[in-house]
Amino acid sequence: MNAVSKTPPVRDVAQALRDVAQKRILVLDGATGTMIQSYKLEEADYRGSPFAASVRDQKGNNDLLCLTKPDIVRDIHEGFLRAGADIIETNSFNGTRISQADYGMEDQVEAINLAAARLAREAADAWTAKTPHKPRFVAGAIGPTNKTLSVSPRVSEPGYRDVGFDEMKDVYKQQAQALLEGGVDLLLVETIFDTLNAKAALVAVDELNEERGYKIPVILAVTITDLSGRNLSGQTVEAFWYSVRHARPLAVGMNCSFGADQLRPHVQALAANADTLICVYPNAGLPNDMGEYDECPDHTAGSLEGFAKDGLVNIVGGCCGTTAEHIAAIAKAVSDKAPRQVPKEEARLRLSGLEPMTV
Amino acid sequence: MPQPIAQFINIGERTNVTGSARFKKLIMAGDYEAALDVARSQVENGAQIIDVNMDEAMLDSAEAMTIFLNLIATEPDIARVPIMIDSSKWSVIEAGLKCVPGKAIVNSISLKEGEAPFLEQARIIRRFGAATVVMAFDTDGQADTVARKVAICERSYRLLTEAGFPAEDIIFDPNIFAVATGIEEHNPYAHYFIEATSQIKSRCPHAKISGGVSNVSFSFRGNDQVREAMHSVFLYHAIKAGMDMGIVNAGQLAVYDDIDAELRERVEDVILNRREDATDRLLEIAERYKGGGKQRIEDLSWREAEVEKRLEHALVKGIDKWIVEDTEEARQKAERPIQVIEGPLMDGMNVVGDLFGSGKMFLPQVVKSARVMKKAVSHLLPYIEAEKTQGKGGPKGRILMATVKGDVHDIGKNIVGVVLQCNNFEVIDLGVMVPWQDILDRAHQEKVDMIGLSGLITPSLDEMVTVAEEMERAGLDLPLLIGGATTSRMHTAVKIAPAYSGPVVHVLDASRSVGVAGTLVSDTMRDAYVGKIRTDYDDIREKRLARPKADRLISLDAARNNRAAIDWEGYQPPRPNSLGRVVFDDFPLSDLVERIDWTPFFRTWELAGTYPGILKDPVVGEAARSLFQDAQDMLARIVKERWLKARGVCAFWPANADGDDVILWTDDSRTQELKRVHFLRQQQQKRGDRANDCLADFIAPKHTGLADYMGGFAVTAGLGIENKLAQFKAAHDDYSAILLKALADRLAEAFAERLHERVRLDLWGYAADETLSNEDIIKERYRGIRPAPGYPACPDHSEKPALFDLLDTPEATGIHLTENFAMMPAASVSGYYLAHPDSHYFGIGKLGRDQVEDYAARRGVSMEQAEKWLSPNLGYERTRTIRT
Repeated sequence: MNAVSKTPPVRDVAQALRDVAQKRILVLDGATGTMIQSYKLEEADYRGSPFAASVRDQKGNNDLLCLTKPDIVRDIHEGFLRAGADIIETNSFNGTRISQADYGMEDQVEAINLAAARLAREAADAWTAKTPHKPRFVAGAIGPTNKTLSVSPRVSEPGYRDVGFDEMKDVYKQQAQALLEGGVDLLLVETIFDTLNAKAALVAVDELNEERGYKIPVILAVTITDLSGRNLSGQTVEAFWYSVRHARPLAVGMNCSFGADQLRPHVQALAANADTLICVYPNAGLPNDMGEYDECPDHTAGSLEGFAKDGLVNIVGGCCGTTAEHIAAIAKAVSDKAPRQVPKEEARLRLSGLEPMTV
Repeated sequence: MPQPIAQFINIGERTNVTGSARFKKLIMAGDYEAALDVARSQVENGAQIIDVNMDEAMLDSAEAMTIFLNLIATEPDIARVPIMIDSSKWSVIEAGLKCVPGKAIVNSISLKEGEAPFLEQARIIRRFGAATVVMAFDTDGQADTVARKVAICERSYRLLTEAGFPAEDIIFDPNIFAVATGIEEHNPYAHYFIEATSQIKSRCPHAKISGGVSNVSFSFRGNDQVREAMHSVFLYHAIKAGMDMGIVNAGQLAVYDDIDAELRERVEDVILNRREDATDRLLEIAERYKGGGKQRIEDLSWREAEVEKRLEHALVKGIDKWIVEDTEEARQKAERPIQVIEGPLMDGMNVVGDLFGSGKMFLPQVVKSARVMKKAVSHLLPYIEAEKTQGKGGPKGRILMATVKGDVHDIGKNIVGVVLQCNNFEVIDLGVMVPWQDILDRAHQEKVDMIGLSGLITPSLDEMVTVAEEMERAGLDLPLLIGGATTSRMHTAVKIAPAYSGPVVHVLDASRSVGVAGTLVSDTMRDAYVGKIRTDYDDIREKRLARPKADRLISLDAARNNRAAIDWEGYQPPRPNSLGRVVFDDFPLSDLVERIDWTPFFRTWELAGTYPGILKDPVVGEAARSLFQDAQDMLARIVKERWLKARGVCAFWPANADGDDVILWTDDSRTQELKRVHFLRQQQQKRGDRANDCLADFIAPKHTGLADYMGGFAVTAGLGIENKLAQFKAAHDDYSAILLKALADRLAEAFAERLHERVRLDLWGYAADETLSNEDIIKERYRGIRPAPGYPACPDHSEKPALFDLLDTPEATGIHLTENFAMMPAASVSGYYLAHPDSHYFGIGKLGRDQVEDYAARRGVSMEQAEKWLSPNLGYERTRTIRT
């Protein structure tokens, strides 16, 4: 056995979050990518001085900004916290070796995630100090990578995979470890379009649980890719829930995909089934014909308010296209709404393929 | 619970190398495709879980498990059900757990090697989120008696639940052994299982019971009917005792009540061990049932359909079993092998594309369909290559693909890539974040046939425009394909296509990419297709212009402040040579024939292409030529036999703009208003120095003191058409009737064009020295415009009655208006004449409520009336008079 570096959490975050979540609906932040776009950064901004000589283009490598433009990242966190976010996400959506390979930045993965976590931690702690009655939390954002464990990239070889489960698990583990070192309160595995990728992340987290000696709180957010409500690997949201329920996540939910309006039936299905907190952070509507998200803050907030009124959600926020204004509107809209009551799930054998099955 | 709770779960057993000789043979031979069919037929026959077992000494079982489960993941028909990962080797189980996205069942673990490995395995199973089968097996061996079965299961249950394993994820297999073997001590085995089931269920809450059912009838191998009866009877009783699931051949289960009474009774004696001579009595009658097993039932009715339908079915369902023979049949039916691809196969893929687009199929199925397509194509290829005329072998085309600069998303692009490859395209994939320079360089080096761009994030849309612009600058004419989640037909038509003069096509999804790419490299279809796409995109652009986004509307005041900046100082409006009405009572048709714009004529007949090129078009050329000949013949008769009469009227009035109205004065003294023409103004947010146009802006405003003018006209070429149409109808000659209507329309348009020319040359006379070719005229390369009420620049048809009054149109021309302001005869055109050099056509687009209110006031009508007239242009929710 390796020597285990145990970093016991300063506070029981999961319990702290659950306590707050019993009283009110928590607010997650909005789209970091959308906010970054508004700064109109150029190649040189992304590179900064550390990577001025990089062979590859870095424009679009948003995670790298944690190292090259920390002020902007801080600014974005600050904006969301000011808007009323209880939980902010680290700027680390693509902070895995696999995703960073596209930019030739694999060797920066640890630095990126450490910095991402610290930037968010500082911003959140400053606000917690300012408003102690409203503690702020930091979620380490873990994206899906751009590889899939369930789909072959070669049509003539459907059995082929260009990445293996163990590699994927290690890649996630490296990111999760760095995020935890940097001080995140919990991990947010999001935009899950391939459930097997998410399972690799969960195995990584479980290994870390074992190594660190405590259960790291995790939120899981699946992304459905068509209106029939399936993710890319073909699962319905309930089948997805059955596939990940064993990890006892702090919350499960949906992000990205569509706007809140289109997510509603799937949120309902999940909320009715999952015996944990429900977290929903949709896009600002569907992209319009020009590829822009143009749903105004009031509309997004109104839809989520509807979810809240119907007792479907515990944590809400925004994904693509949502700005600090959206988050402020959402925070306002749900501030006086009762949080969803977590149902007790009957003990039954739950299985899933692409579809759920209860025995 | 949203999904029904299953009563008894059938676990498919045929994908097991230890239990199915056929499956084993397929796996050993590496024929995974046929092996998948075994799995598929299990699900089709009702298996709710698939048991997969690769335990064979001559096989790398872990690898075989990985390959097969990866394959299943791409087969939605199979993957929809949970997987049971079955192996006696732990390494194989672990390999399996790493391939299954869903919540699987491990089959199995047990106390066979003691508590420590048992608990360690359970921990890993839990980590992967699977349920597990626990065999009634300990260090002393497999449990056979009721007492041992119950004791081992209870002990396992306690160990697992104490370690935190959820009770509901435990499935016990208390061992089903063969009965009626001739060995007396085997006789009670089935009964023991049933009894143990009942006890375990009551002592281990939430745990389930499963078992391998076919073991029980092992001694009757070769006698399927008896075996099926034994299975049914066994299950009938075991389920009553609490058995939840079983590994069975779902396609081979007799219905308990349907079993021959004598057979059922004797089987029941054996299963329940009711008589000492039970085995002998079953053996006595067993021979009678030999060879009568229930046949596998598969719905093959689709095989009876026409070959085209069969190909479609095979593509949609991804079935490649008969694809070669069906393709061959289609090839023999077709004139040329390529037509099988371009016809039924593409049709089938289009169905796939539509289903995918509407969310009725999802990606893996599409990729599967593509595989079937590939098989069909590869069967055809040798024939296609053998065709001398085809000439070229090798790939159908070479496509360069790239995710544009600044974007790293490539899943969609990769899928498109494989789909294209399997359809025999050579794909050169430049990967992600590819700058336009690289795209152009490689396109040049590799001599590709087309370029495909992909992107997922919003900024990629701009980047695609950049690539298009650079392709244009480089003088390329390769087709440019656009795809990716944020791309759209609209964006492609509006933003990308205008930047590049080569063909630009938005490809909605992977399944469509084959059709599009195939067409673009097809000798016979490319031009028509490109022409059609262009026309489509032009239409989209027009509509987009006419309907900008509601929330981009600016206020009417702001729009008025952004009117076209016409410098009236120093402008001398030309005075028409005569202000009176000019009536053309019988305009010579022969003067119109050469002015006909033929392109819209072909479009009417759904023949895509531009005249005159369309006549030489390889696909529609023949049809176009034949139609054109008929049209020429009929035109000659129309003129010679005077089938139609063309009449028209035009007039000019002293005019000045007053805001968005144009005042027409009674005379040059400009003191008395004759009439007001009410125009509308664009309200969409304009970029740069673009103005918010209104036709009134092209007429000198009152305050300038300039003596400006405006004209009006109405023409028809449809008088007399009714008689002729009636004749054709009577002769059941629809073709000629439609042809005549189409020609009358073209003649009316030609008349409007001809009259406009006369207006410019002499009636108004502001361009007396104009010399333009017919093509120039069709392309409107002249000064001044003739916008028509009801068309984009002045979309309100209700302004027509005023115009008709001014011209005294009905009396002068015989054109009448319907209550909805349609002109009769239909082959009529009316409009205004504006002469200012800056005047141009535009689309009004959406209107804000403020403008509609203003317009209602100007027209002196209610808001409701104005909204009704302007309804297609309303940029807001219409006022509702009734509210609840």
